[in-house]
Amino acid sequence: METYLFYILAVVTVIGTLLAITEKHPVHAIVYLVTSFFSLAVIFFLLAAPLIAMFEVIIYAGAVMVLFMFVIMMLDLGRPDEATLPTLRQWLLPTFLGVIILVSIGSVAVSHYGAPSAVHEVSVKEFALILFQKYAVAIEIISMQLLFAVVGALYLGRRRTP
Amino acid sequence: MIVPLAHVLILAAILFGLGLVCTLVWRSNVIMLLVGIEIMLNAAMLVFVGGSCHWGTADGQVFALMIMAMTSAEVSLALALVMYLHRRRNTVNVDEFRELRD
Repeated sequence: METYLFYILAVVTVIGTLLAITEKHPVHAIVYLVTSFFSLAVIFFLLAAPLIAMFEVIIYAGAVMVLFMFVIMMLDLGRPDEATLPTLRQWLLPTFLGVIILVSIGSVAVSHYGAPSAVHEVSVKEFALILFQKYAVAIEIISMQLLFAVVGALYLGRRRTP
Repeated sequence: MIVPLAHVLILAAILFGLGLVCTLVWRSNVIMLLVGIEIMLNAAMLVFVGGSCHWGTADGQVFALMIMAMTSAEVSLALALVMYLHRRRNTVNVDEFRELRD
C-alpha cells in the first residue's frame, strides 16, 4: 500500500514541477510548485522522516513560497498580458543537458539496484538527540547564517535618502 | 524502507534535472530562476532523507534540516537582491543585468 502511494506521489511531484517550469504566469507556477512540495512532504513522511515532512510544509510551502508570492505582487510581475514563455531555441539546449543528467544518474542508480532494506526507523527523539548533541556547533553556525541573511536583506531593502 | 533506494534516487534525479532546466531556461524572469534553485535543493533534500531511511541513521535528516535553513537564508537574500535590482533597472530580465554598477 505505502509502496504504491510512493509511486503515485512521485508522479504527482514530477508533473507538478513540470507544470511549474513550463507555466508562463509566475503566480500559477508558484501554486503548482506548492502542490509539488506538498506531495514531496508526504514522500518524506513515507520515508520515515515525519519532522522533515512537517518542516517542508511549514517552511517551504508556507514561508518560502509565500515570500516569492509577496515579491511577485510587490514588483507587479503578475500581469497576464506581460507574461511570456522563453523561446523554443532557449528551451532546446537546457533540455538536452537535463536529459543527459537524467539518463546518467538513472543508469547509475539502476545498476546499483537493491531490494528494500529492513532497518529500524529513526524516531523523533533520536533525531533530536543527534541534532542537538552531535551537530550542536552546526546549529549555532546555521543560526548565525540566518542572522547574517536578515541583516543583508535589511541592508539591500532599505530606502536610500537622496 | 518501503521502496528501493534506487527509485528514490531516480526521483531525485528527475527533480534535479527539472530544476536545472528551469534555471537554464528562464533567463527572462529572475524569480523563476530562483524557483529552479529551490527545486534542485529539494531534490538534494530527498537524497539525504532517502539515505537516512536506507541506512537507519538520523544524520541525513539533520542535513536535510540544515539545507532547509540554508535555503530560507538564501531565498531572503536573493529576493531582497531582486527587489534592489528591480528598483534600479525596473526589469527582472537577467540579460539586462550586465554591469556591476550603473
